[in-house]
Amino acid sequence: MSENVYIVGAGIHPFGRTENRTGREQGVFAVRQALADAGLDWTDMECAYGGSAAAGSADIMVNELGLTSLPFTNVANGCATGGSALVAAQQAIASGMYDLALAVGFDKHPRGAFNAKPSDYGLPDWYGQTGMMLTTQFFALKIQRYMQLHGISREALGRVAEKAFRNGTVTPHAWRRSEIDLETIMNAPMINDPLTKYMFCAPAEGGVALILASEKKAREMGALENHGSVKIANIAVRTRPPDSFEVFQAGVSVKEGGKPTVLASKAAFEGAGIGPDEIEIAQLQDTESGAEIMHMAENGFCKDGEQEEWLANGWSERGGKLPINTDGGCIACGEPVGASGLRQVYENVEQLRGRAGERQVAGSDGNGPKTGYSHVYGAPGLSAVAILER
Amino acid sequence: MGQKIDPDLWSDDPTPHLMGGKLPSGEVVFPMPQGDAASDVEPYKLSRQGKLWSWTTQGFLPKDPYEGPGSGPNEGPPDFQPFLLGYIELPGEVIVESRIVDAVLDDLKLGMPMEFCIVPFNQVHDTFAFRPTAAAKEQAA
Repeated sequence: MSENVYIVGAGIHPFGRTENRTGREQGVFAVRQALADAGLDWTDMECAYGGSAAAGSADIMVNELGLTSLPFTNVANGCATGGSALVAAQQAIASGMYDLALAVGFDKHPRGAFNAKPSDYGLPDWYGQTGMMLTTQFFALKIQRYMQLHGISREALGRVAEKAFRNGTVTPHAWRRSEIDLETIMNAPMINDPLTKYMFCAPAEGGVALILASEKKAREMGALENHGSVKIANIAVRTRPPDSFEVFQAGVSVKEGGKPTVLASKAAFEGAGIGPDEIEIAQLQDTESGAEIMHMAENGFCKDGEQEEWLANGWSERGGKLPINTDGGCIACGEPVGASGLRQVYENVEQLRGRAGERQVAGSDGNGPKTGYSHVYGAPGLSAVAILER
Repeated sequence: MGQKIDPDLWSDDPTPHLMGGKLPSGEVVFPMPQGDAASDVEPYKLSRQGKLWSWTTQGFLPKDPYEGPGSGPNEGPPDFQPFLLGYIELPGEVIVESRIVDAVLDDLKLGMPMEFCIVPFNQVHDTFAFRPTAAAKEQAA
């Protein structure tokens, strides 16, 4: 059985650096904001799912939120932590067992690139010792080959970052809130060729909470009218198929394999019963500029190589035919791993409800987008896609 | 010559080969699996010749567990030596991730011939790398 599931409340703790607040405190902040947004009390919540990659367990939040005895499940799923929490909350309601569920993700990372331990990923020690276990290298290696094969320019990489910072200026929850011009982006220090410092997102802090409700509950709350809620049309999570090319891979198959993003995207579109041309706003994993470019094609929004034309014509700007990463994405918001995927969903919820303020996208009818698409990708090769509609 | 960074990473022949594994299906993988995952896998000497599949630069000092220049107790970013790395396609076998030596960024082109070599890594260890086949010939000349 499968009941319709609605998002009736959304909260966010601004991303970036907040010295005097732990990651979990930022999660609690987001939960309180989501409850206020939904017009609910913590005591109304029937179950909760959440987690972080580096800021501790989510279930301890009951100390601050209230000891209501609700079942609170910790989720630890790397880059998909937020996405997996959302799926669990959705399933809890779709199954008919609960009418209200919380999904929460938060994080707080040290400065600088992530460091990973080879054995955690089933890799030999030499891989880390010799300096090959860096996520930034993977993204550079993937886009370098893609640029050679599909004629993407270095300038296109710069334009993605320029757009991200421009969108960040009108996003209260963004970390980077100043524009950076194309020339500065292109001439910034090289991190891993062809990607410069301003083309990468940075590990950061932040928290996001979403409150999910059954159709019955949403109706009771009056949330089905007046842009009070958005419906989850479909969520799909997929891990890597055989012969794929992913982060932290010392050896890649000579056969060209599938991609987790392509699989998750197809499944989500199929489940929602719509196609890419019916999506009015998209949030795509932009760990760096190249990732956004490749993910435009992997998610079905254009063919390989067409991104060059898209970016030259501004088609993915807020006023373009498909606005992408309207809050500045990971590049302007930073990437607190446990919260990042939920931030994308938060942004779509606000946009679909017409509450995105200065960065509001008009949508096809001028009343805000009717459909929203979000996509998160992470180690060790997994993707989560959520399609929302109002 | 330093010690091998991993005793099983390449063969001890006079002309060493990077070691992969051959699965029962005939598929060649790299690196050779470890522990129980290695039970049905035959150690397999990979080709010393390949083609450049992708590449990038490493311009900043990696965090722990990196053990190269700049990582020592009294060292830091100024001691770091930027390096090139990439993927080399060994035709019919597997695409391996490797350091790239004897080249500068502008030399690198998709599909260019590359050759396996052993290079000093830090004061104790050697590691493996690939270099443009043309550069290898020049050195031999």
